[in-house]
Amino acid sequence: MNVAVTMDRTGAGTSSETKGVPVVAPLDNKQDKVAEAAVSVAKSGNEGGRGGEWLQALLRAVLPPVLGVALLIGLWHVATLNGGGIPSPGKTWDAAVVLFSDPFYQEGPNDQGIGWNVLESLKRVGIGFGIAALVGIPAGFMLGRFAVLAQMMNPIISLLRPVSPLAWLPIGLLVFQRADPAATWTIFICSIWPMIMNTAQGVTRIPQDYLNVARVLNLSEWKIFTKILFPAVLPYMLTGIRLSIGTAWLVIVAAEMLTGGVGIGFWVWDEWNNLKVEHIIIAIFVIGIVGLILEQILMLIARRFSYETR
Amino acid sequence: MSKKIVQIENVGQTFETKKGKFTALRDIHLDIFEGESISLIGHSGCGKSTLLNLIAGLTRPTSGVMLCDSREIAGPGPERAVVFQNHSLLPWLTCFDNVYLAVERVFSAKEGKARLKQRTHEALELVGLTHAENKYPHEISGGMKQRVGIARALSMQPRILLMDEPFGALDALTRANLQDELMKILAATRATMVMVTHDVDEAVLLSDRVVMLTNGPAATIGELLEVKLERPRDRLALAHDPQFGECRAAIMEFLYQKQLRVAA
Repeated sequence: MNVAVTMDRTGAGTSSETKGVPVVAPLDNKQDKVAEAAVSVAKSGNEGGRGGEWLQALLRAVLPPVLGVALLIGLWHVATLNGGGIPSPGKTWDAAVVLFSDPFYQEGPNDQGIGWNVLESLKRVGIGFGIAALVGIPAGFMLGRFAVLAQMMNPIISLLRPVSPLAWLPIGLLVFQRADPAATWTIFICSIWPMIMNTAQGVTRIPQDYLNVARVLNLSEWKIFTKILFPAVLPYMLTGIRLSIGTAWLVIVAAEMLTGGVGIGFWVWDEWNNLKVEHIIIAIFVIGIVGLILEQILMLIARRFSYETR
Repeated sequence: MSKKIVQIENVGQTFETKKGKFTALRDIHLDIFEGESISLIGHSGCGKSTLLNLIAGLTRPTSGVMLCDSREIAGPGPERAVVFQNHSLLPWLTCFDNVYLAVERVFSAKEGKARLKQRTHEALELVGLTHAENKYPHEISGGMKQRVGIARALSMQPRILLMDEPFGALDALTRANLQDELMKILAATRATMVMVTHDVDEAVLLSDRVVMLTNGPAATIGELLEVKLERPRDRLALAHDPQFGECRAAIMEFLYQKQLRVAA
């Protein structure tokens, strides 16, 4: 029975051997041998249990998400049993296998593999987002450093920020006369706000202590920027970048639907015109996965530069 | 008597607040001599830190004259190094780099990189942190962070070391330990020090003179106590020293009788 008690304790995975022992220790002398046995069993059980625990932890981490996805596919399957326009999971899977067997084919400007379409969209996001970073981050620094500038710009930013970036698409078309830069322009517009706002916020939130250090050490403006301002603002900046890239990836699909050409958004629209609904579903998954990867990469970078946890 | 480093003449400080003018300090007269240790003591809010910030040059007085080496204090300078209460190390730099930042600023015009690095090593060695040079501030204890702060200040070879409740955030044992080491460092470097404290024992133990400030607003120097205890001082021996007790009593009397704060 004692054995069972200790086993329970260790088996639960909440305590280590040291916690298991005192449960056994206060027993009277007659049971000493039993107790010793219990300890040894508990110890060995614990060692064996460590591998088991690890497996359990893995199961606990992996099982629920897998169940969730299985549930989604199950519901999807049930919903498509009676036919209708939506293709079943099986049919979609078959289409995906065909699609991904040659993602980089090229047959004319309007018929290219899904790989090209994704890359094209990523390129637009990259360019629009890159220019937004080049403009937005320095602008954020200026706004954070000079209160007058912030007061000047705040009404403008507050007014423009809630506007859907797609509303800027016609302006882009008008100015650039071509669809491609107009889509990039839309990305630029939607990416720039989070970058300006977060960078500016980071600058205004720099602890006074750090600035006092700069003053007492009499650091040069360059040193203040590289050793204090920039590292202090970096986490905020990365948050801005993460938010912008998220929005940019949302917006590019819609923008490309409107502008055409090559790109995942356009591809979705094209497949709708071809009535290949299973391809649209595949595109939804692809867009989601790419977005997830972008987010994770930026989270990784952010963690690398967060000085508290490094 | 030795040379005056800092002269504070008739200095007053008022702040503009939403409720109008607030007078923090008035009529402060104080000369600080080379090699001496001074404590500023008083109830919280009496303007001790304000006075220290004035000497540091972080704020400018609204009236009166402040001189350092006979020149007006117009702003912060490397000859007046500050140790902040909350250590204020830059969390993205290692201990070494935190100190190096200060060394570089003061000496890079005249000295090569090797010498600057050597100075940094020396400063950290002085506070006994050679083993933690490459650690980041969040990896070391509060006491160690404060040591790095002290090393950073000392590395600049300042004329005067300004400390704003440097041990206030530490536990009693760590504090005693650091006080002892600070005394050794001050003796070794013959540095001049002004320290803000609210700890009576600390004030007596570390200082040659204790400046007692009256309650704010419009605080001024209430009393000046000379601590004539022999150096080096030993905290255990002093515990039974009548002179130590007298100094302590004098400060306590000032703080808790003459300047008793009714509402804390």
